Amino acid sequence: MFADLSDRQWLWGAAGFYLAGLVLGMAALIRGGRPSGILIYGAILAGYVLQFIGLGIRGHATGGCPLGNRFEIFQFTAWSAVTLYLVVGVAFRSSILGYFSSGLGAALTILSLSIPEWDAVRRTHIFGNNPWIELHAALAIFSYGVFGLLALTSGLFLLRHFSLKSKRLGGWFSFLPSIIDLDHIEVRLLGTGVALLTLALAFGSVYWSRDMASVGHAKLAATVAVWAAATVAFGLRVMGRLLARRFAWTCLALFAAALLSLEAVDRSRHPGSAQSSLRLEP
Amino acid sequence: MSEPLLFVIGVTHNQAPLDVRERLAPASPEALRADLAAVPGLSEFAVLSTCNRIEFYGVAADTNAAGSVQAAYCARQNFSAAEFERIRFLLSGRDAALHLFEVASGIDSQLLGENEIFGQVKEAYAAAQSGGSTGAVLNRVFQKAFQAAKHVRTHTGIGSGQVSVASVAVDLAGDIFGDLAGARVLVLGTGEVGEATARAFRSRGAGDLAVAGRNRDRAEGVASGLGAGVVHFDEKDTRLAEYDVVVCSTAAPSAVLSTSAISAAMRKRPARPLLLIDLALPRDVEASAADLQNVFLYNLDDLARIAEQNRSAREADVARCRSILSERADGLWRSVLRRSAVGPGAAESPSQGAGQAASP
Repeated sequence: MFADLSDRQWLWGAAGFYLAGLVLGMAALIRGGRPSGILIYGAILAGYVLQFIGLGIRGHATGGCPLGNRFEIFQFTAWSAVTLYLVVGVAFRSSILGYFSSGLGAALTILSLSIPEWDAVRRTHIFGNNPWIELHAALAIFSYGVFGLLALTSGLFLLRHFSLKSKRLGGWFSFLPSIIDLDHIEVRLLGTGVALLTLALAFGSVYWSRDMASVGHAKLAATVAVWAAATVAFGLRVMGRLLARRFAWTCLALFAAALLSLEAVDRSRHPGSAQSSLRLEP
Repeated sequence: MSEPLLFVIGVTHNQAPLDVRERLAPASPEALRADLAAVPGLSEFAVLSTCNRIEFYGVAADTNAAGSVQAAYCARQNFSAAEFERIRFLLSGRDAALHLFEVASGIDSQLLGENEIFGQVKEAYAAAQSGGSTGAVLNRVFQKAFQAAKHVRTHTGIGSGQVSVASVAVDLAGDIFGDLAGARVLVLGTGEVGEATARAFRSRGAGDLAVAGRNRDRAEGVASGLGAGVVHFDEKDTRLAEYDVVVCSTAAPSAVLSTSAISAAMRKRPARPLLLIDLALPRDVEASAADLQNVFLYNLDDLARIAEQNRSAREADVARCRSILSERADGLWRSVLRRSAVGPGAAESPSQGAGQAASP
């Protein structure tokens, strides 16, 4: 019976599990207790598996990484952030990050599933059977997922900072990780994001140098701007020039910029020589 | 014949915030005792002065004695009599005895159930005894207070799961640094509170501890007991950048850590947070330091507010304590009246001008 399910149905199932993780965490916090780390992790893991299947079906159909429209980009970004959470989240020793990760996963997947126009046209073979370009795109979107998790961590940092400065340490503030742990993870995530995006741009630049007309100016400017901003922020943090709250706000702004740049990335993809489009039935 | 009265007049954390209590801390306890000894009609007195309260227990034949004590204290302290009148509480007779019972038991403390106050009441009583200002009434009331405090600590849960300043401070450090093994802790001052806090940090795994005190011998003694290093007190500003947590508990009359010194230290370690725990009264750290980036400053009132958050869970213990202490205060007061140490009029207000006692 599962074989009959469409990719979107799998993805709705994933969104449901992400939402369940968020609801479980919220219910625990409303009761004044600590969210169950195992339950939330389990819900996220189940959602991750279903999303993996859904995206796998899409990838099989398109013959490559499913990044053919805004719907797929949002789905892939959510999947990347959740991948990273499942790998590094355990190190937090805090179910709060899981709670927020499930919230991010639910928000990105449900938003993209709820706007049919985003998935009305799906471009196939967008990478022209060029595995390097596919790797470039996958790495770039994966780095955006890293920025998503970085934004969550930065949000937690700002909450912890607020609780310590305002001396409100009770309630659910008591479940937050220590401020120094959050700061360390922020730095590592930003470093990882910068490294992935640098690699992505390096692979992309090889292709672009051979065919400059293939990449729109808006996409080029937006992605390079995000990369430059992230690199400068990372450098300033390492040099001790961008710290604490300002660093956290910068990380949040970076994720917002990354999401906004997706618009330019999406628009630059026009049906062309190596691409074809699939119009999907609503 | 005039009848002696038992009364207590004072100000506690219940009426006055930290900045007011700073101004209430006696600048010269000996001179104050001399002033009180000269109050007409005051036959017995004891002074209880801690970070959280200044209280005068007295026995007098003169109904205006409490007012005279207040006037003498305000004059000595150069504190506005009108302001003191506005924030002070005044209890007499059985209520005064019950108040002392509750104070000694720790249920009137900022940190509910803490037991440091028991020792502080004992010290206040010992000082009054050695100064020759106690007599039949205060001796009996204080001794009964000690018995009552021990009784409720043994027979109720008020002392179990108690929250101390030290434990709150260490939890706070955990919220900032996580694992304390890598945190460096400097203790300024060699008093009991600072030492207890340093001990709590050590027991929670703080790997690097140092003690600085004006009295080098005393600092070395405290440090050796903790397995800590010693820092010259005069070097505290220059070496501040080396530490993540600074516990301040000196008896200095003014701030010993200035905002400019802390700011200079932070420039050397901008990425690493600094937790300043100011347990002193008057405060050791300039309040404006709290505005510095990556600096987290907590004083006594802040720690008490954090500890207060688990107070509701212990309300049943508090109610039981109050019931036991109230019965004991009734028993004591009946026996005092029987022995005619004070006359029946003792249950009246000690000062007509003071009127009805305000609850602390």
